[in-house]
Amino acid sequence: MEAEKKQFVVFCLDTEEYGADINKVTIIERSMNITRVPMTPPYIKGVINLRGEIIPVMSLRLKLGLNEIDEDDDTRIIIFNVDNVTFGVIVDSVSEVMQFEDIQIEGVGNIISDKALDYISGVAKAKEKLVTIINLEKLIAELMPA
Amino acid sequence: MDMNQYLDVFVEESKEHLQSLNTSLLELEKDPNNITVLNEIFRVAHTLKGMAGTMGFSHMTNLTHDMENVLDALRSKRIKADMAVVDILFKCLDALEGYVNEVISTGGEGEQEYKEIIKSLTDILDKSPNTKTQIKKKKAKKKTEDNSIAQNDKELRLNLNIYDKNVILKAIEESMNVFQIHVELDKKCLLKAARAFLIFQTLDKYSEIMKSMPSVEDIEDERFDNSFTVMVITKHDASLFEKELNSVAEVRNVEVVSITEKHTENIIQGEDDEEYLKEEKPDTAASDSMAQAQKTGTIKRLTNKTVRVDIDRLDVLMNLVSELIIIKTRLDDVGTGEKTNDYITALENLERITTSLHDAVMKVRMVPVENVFNRFPRMVRDISKELEKDIVLYMSGEETELDRTVIDEIGEPLIHIIRNSADHGLEKPEERAAKGKSKTGSIWLRAYQDGNNVVIEVEDDGMGIDVEKVRKKIIERGFEEEEAAANMTANEVIGYLFEPNFSTADTVTDLSGRGVGLDVVKTKIEALGGTIELETEFGKGSKTIIRLPLTLAIIQALLVMVGSEKYAIPLSSIREINNIYPDDIKNVRNQEVILLRDMVIPIIRLHDILGVPPEKADQKQLTCVVVKKGDKLSGFIVDSLIGQQEIVIKSLGKLLAGIRCVAGATILGDGNVALIIDVNSIA
Repeated sequence: MEAEKKQFVVFCLDTEEYGADINKVTIIERSMNITRVPMTPPYIKGVINLRGEIIPVMSLRLKLGLNEIDEDDDTRIIIFNVDNVTFGVIVDSVSEVMQFEDIQIEGVGNIISDKALDYISGVAKAKEKLVTIINLEKLIAELMPA
Repeated sequence: MDMNQYLDVFVEESKEHLQSLNTSLLELEKDPNNITVLNEIFRVAHTLKGMAGTMGFSHMTNLTHDMENVLDALRSKRIKADMAVVDILFKCLDALEGYVNEVISTGGEGEQEYKEIIKSLTDILDKSPNTKTQIKKKKAKKKTEDNSIAQNDKELRLNLNIYDKNVILKAIEESMNVFQIHVELDKKCLLKAARAFLIFQTLDKYSEIMKSMPSVEDIEDERFDNSFTVMVITKHDASLFEKELNSVAEVRNVEVVSITEKHTENIIQGEDDEEYLKEEKPDTAASDSMAQAQKTGTIKRLTNKTVRVDIDRLDVLMNLVSELIIIKTRLDDVGTGEKTNDYITALENLERITTSLHDAVMKVRMVPVENVFNRFPRMVRDISKELEKDIVLYMSGEETELDRTVIDEIGEPLIHIIRNSADHGLEKPEERAAKGKSKTGSIWLRAYQDGNNVVIEVEDDGMGIDVEKVRKKIIERGFEEEEAAANMTANEVIGYLFEPNFSTADTVTDLSGRGVGLDVVKTKIEALGGTIELETEFGKGSKTIIRLPLTLAIIQALLVMVGSEKYAIPLSSIREINNIYPDDIKNVRNQEVILLRDMVIPIIRLHDILGVPPEKADQKQLTCVVVKKGDKLSGFIVDSLIGQQEIVIKSLGKLLAGIRCVAGATILGDGNVALIIDVNSIA
């Protein structure tokens, strides 16, 4: 029986690997000039000009409670489109695309209690690696207009 | 039959017709004898009936059918357009709107039959002095008096003149039969014109139709109740006609009367020509006004030649034009090295054309506020009845245009504000008279353009707002301490009215008073990027001022540096730019101000507002950009000026839309983003 396989874009913050639903990824860009926007939460770094469109960008490190680091050649901005809202996420590097079946993804309810937990929808196991699956909707939930 | 694909068209067109019906009914109320308006209303009701019939909405069709009957009775002056009748017609309009809304939400017309309204309509018809059942007798009586046709008048329905008489006599001479055939259609018959056409066709087969009442054109346009009369000349006899016509569906009754010389005896020359002329005159008068109505109708139609366009397509068009302008700006920068004359001229031409293109596309999305304003007269009329107050609404500036998206949203807040004026602002007629004001309360609704904004004002000459009462309520409700409340200015006190759950009304009415309204209004308007202010004078009245930006524009802006960041300030908000010395800045009540030619202007340091890390510490001179918001001036302190530039306003997107000081972003020639300062929210 064919199990449901979903594809995920896998990226890194420090040594941890994270994954996001590939269907929601528009494009992955190299780091570019970000214009600061006042009166925004600290994890919102500002906006970028992506071929004529203004797209807000957030630092995933800050959002998940990690400290910020300087960007380097590997730093990337992953542009997501969730519920017709386009936004970018700064990550340390992007590694590959992996496929996971539903059964490989476990819920995290009882493992750790951390406020970063909100943004995690599960953990996937593959070849001795643990990939934390990010819940994109929760990532922008507090910014969405009521 | 799948009607779903036509639902959209049906809804769009019905809405238009209902709107026109609304306006016409209001006019009719003011001038009950206006034939043009009556005809217009009839025409619209008729069109709606046809549309409903095509879509299979039987309840709606029935209602419009009965409306038509009443309207026809009005047209032929059988009943008068008094208050009761107009009220019923308004109720019909509401019922029809109900049907359309039902269609919008469920795709069907629902089960509502509005039996009470239909009953009221039929009551009107029955009460009228010349109802269908009595028509025969009355018409006949008229003929006795006017036409001096003698006893057989009950049978003779047609007004015969001298010409007819000759034709009849000639026919009789040639041993042809002349019949007067009266056909009554079923009451439930929906497509009367089609039915009548069938009958005419049948008659044509066996006879020559000489005359018909009402005229053939009227029958084709369905301008008749349920029956009509024709006079025919034929070789066949009456029984054939009776048989043929009775076999046509939806024919209730056929009456064939033989016309003989006897009937023509009393047609005398002169008197009847007069009668003929008399008959013609009201007809021509009617047809004149009809022609005029048609002319105005066609004139109206000419100026309203429209095409329905999907809003999404317009958006795409707007985006493309915006991109074009951005690229044009880049061209400006690119050619800095070798600018030959040709290059400059070409660039200027390009600039001119892109500006025109932009204006044209902008206009496409702009809609006159009239669309929103035109439902208010009816609303005010209904409210004034409900509250038993005399209220008149004055509107001006309806041609002022706003972006389509804004128009959709501004309706509700305006309704609320007008309701407030009517309910809380304006006093009852007795109170007004006691105060020495005119018994009729007035509400003014104005729209005009002011710089880069559109301003909508709602003003009333009611009792205004009692600032002290509000102050007391603030203390009562615990919003502020007594001392703090005592120190608040009148404007600050009034500002509290916009807080959620704040109301000074002692009793809650159906319309307002619950304290939920004004804050919703304020939120909505601010979501549109606008501002709302309330001015009042206790005893004299209040004025609500709403300012809305002309969004999605390409505007002229001044680029400035604040710290190391570039910002854009819309040129239309800028009054002047000054260089000032740090010493010129004084402190008044904790607010930095400056003296500018006898005016005291508050100073706002953009570094602080925007949270920009300050770059240069002590500067000899400061650049102060004096901006205006309505009549209020403020001075923005910036680090340096870059220059004036045409920029495209780009939205920050849903996530960042709520940010207060920033009205949007723009992409500069070098590809970087500069934020646009929202002057109204900072000043």
